Amino acid sequence: MRLLNLFKIAFKAIVLNKMRTLLTMLGIIIGVASVIAMLAIGEGSKESIRESISAMGSNIITIRPASTSSSGVRPSAGEMQSLTLKDYEAIKDQATFLSYATPLVNGSGQVINGSNNWPSTIYGVNPDYLKIKVVDLQSGSMFTDSEVKTAAKVALIGQTVVDNVFPDGQDPIGQMIRFNNIPFKVIGVLEVKGENTFGQDQDDVVIAPYTTVQKRILAIDYINQIMASAVSEEEAPNAVTEVSEIMRAQHKISNPNLDDFSVQSMEELISTFSSTSEMLTVLLVAVASISLLIGGIGIMNIMYVSVKERTKEIGLRMAVGAKGADILMQFLIEAILISITGGVLGVLLGLGSTVFIEKFLNWPTSVALYSIVISFAVCAVTGIFFGYYPARKASALDPITALRYE
Amino acid sequence: MSKEIIKIEDLKREFTMGAETVRALRGISFDIKEGEFVTIMGSSGSGKSTMLNILGCLDQPTSGLYEIDGVSVKDLSRNELATIRNEKIGFIFQSYNLLARTSAIENVELPLLYNSKVSTEERRKRAIEALKKVGLGERLDHTPAQLSGGQQQRVAIARSLVNNPVMLLADEATGNLDTRTAYEIMSIFQELNEQGITIAFVTHEEDIATFSSRTIVLKDGNIIQDNKNENVQSAKVELAKLPKQDD
Repeated sequence: MRLLNLFKIAFKAIVLNKMRTLLTMLGIIIGVASVIAMLAIGEGSKESIRESISAMGSNIITIRPASTSSSGVRPSAGEMQSLTLKDYEAIKDQATFLSYATPLVNGSGQVINGSNNWPSTIYGVNPDYLKIKVVDLQSGSMFTDSEVKTAAKVALIGQTVVDNVFPDGQDPIGQMIRFNNIPFKVIGVLEVKGENTFGQDQDDVVIAPYTTVQKRILAIDYINQIMASAVSEEEAPNAVTEVSEIMRAQHKISNPNLDDFSVQSMEELISTFSSTSEMLTVLLVAVASISLLIGGIGIMNIMYVSVKERTKEIGLRMAVGAKGADILMQFLIEAILISITGGVLGVLLGLGSTVFIEKFLNWPTSVALYSIVISFAVCAVTGIFFGYYPARKASALDPITALRYE
Repeated sequence: MSKEIIKIEDLKREFTMGAETVRALRGISFDIKEGEFVTIMGSSGSGKSTMLNILGCLDQPTSGLYEIDGVSVKDLSRNELATIRNEKIGFIFQSYNLLARTSAIENVELPLLYNSKVSTEERRKRAIEALKKVGLGERLDHTPAQLSGGQQQRVAIARSLVNNPVMLLADEATGNLDTRTAYEIMSIFQELNEQGITIAFVTHEEDIATFSSRTIVLKDGNIIQDNKNENVQSAKVELAKLPKQDD
């Protein structure tokens, strides 16, 4: 018997039971749609985390002091004073996988301009900072190396600071502001970057030469961080290893477990944050898969009813020459048609709801092609798996008994 | 001497029901030749249904010989039996057994769907021909619900003819019909028989047997009577004799 004929028969049976078929399909439709939508939400949030972290500079490598576990009182990582300019210089001189590096010191305080004031954070860096963070200037210019050397009192400010201490729309370039009562001349305004993934306002900053911040504001001789950028994203892991080795040599540490610093690339940061959303994705997909399974059971149920109801028809088909395999295929194709049609509608509904979620709920989404392929394949398998047993039962019927069935 | 369509020798069929063995057919022998119109009669429990199932290749004998159109059925597999039914036998049932919500023509096409040698165009052509033969050429697209009992049975006859079987096998084909319609159906069978089609007709109605050329009577699994009918009645004539209905 030709397959095409079997398809026609199965299709007819479906068309003759529209309502029932539709309700059966609904389980599959909802299952597939939810798998696709859930994966899209999961992927979307992962991607948006990755994007916003990348926007902060995907090659960035940060070196921070870390608690040692050697002995005595363990200071908290932030209080550690183990990073020095010497470390920075060693890294700058020796590292081959780094393109830029800057020491970083930071402190918080009040930015004051006349009668306006605003609490902000000051970052003391060198001119490479802009290249590492991939930030441009709206206006003005970056301070120079010689201004770093002389600890010049110059600063660049972010848009949030501009808005708050220059509220009348005055051009801040060339104006004097005070940070914790130290006067700074504003020489540039940073381009607007907005909030990062963690809700931090990236425009609420003041940037000044690290020497100035060290000496005039914080009165310290250590540094809080060294920030560098790897020559490329791919080389970032190598850069991390290299920097760690340089740091160990600097601090005379032979056992990596006793490191008093930590070196982190953005890649690691990304994976740290995406692991949470990955967890969520797995959970969402698990829930969605359960609904797909229930959809499959729905198909099995309806196929059972269908076989029972059409026992006499099966008997007749056998009497006029249908072989067991013909009957098996007929019902199997019917089940697969239901599940695949359900799958197609489910994919459409899934894509539709993804668009809806993106548009109206403003959640980041990203439909992965693999999620469509997988859920579609799962549908077909569901159809075969849950359709096989009822179909098998139908094909094994004795034609005499089936014909007499009332 | 015309060809033997059916050859049965010492045919036995036994069923095991728990510890008991029911002997439904106890060694039956007869032949049916091409062009015969045989009625098989018997009360319930006579082995009539078992005989019909075996004739229709729906069941196999426990022992003995059964040949249809020269093929011995005894050792055939389920699939081979299905092929024999598909190519050599035309079934007509008491309750018509048409597919609901399916047009007459599609119902008639059904046996050919399971024959891969027949193309779609030929299938349609043969179905239309068969329906014309039973006088339903104008109702190709009617579904069973739109047809009367007699018309439904005619669709069933068309279905049994469509595969050009060597034998039509009717199981109480007039059992659900009133006398007038039953005679109409019988006249169709007689016409088909006149065209040379072999018919085996299982029934328990005496008057139906008078339209056939031979009657075999079964009782308790044995043939108790097998005689040629010298005085075959014409269903058409009998139909005309029936009192006219008002409507």
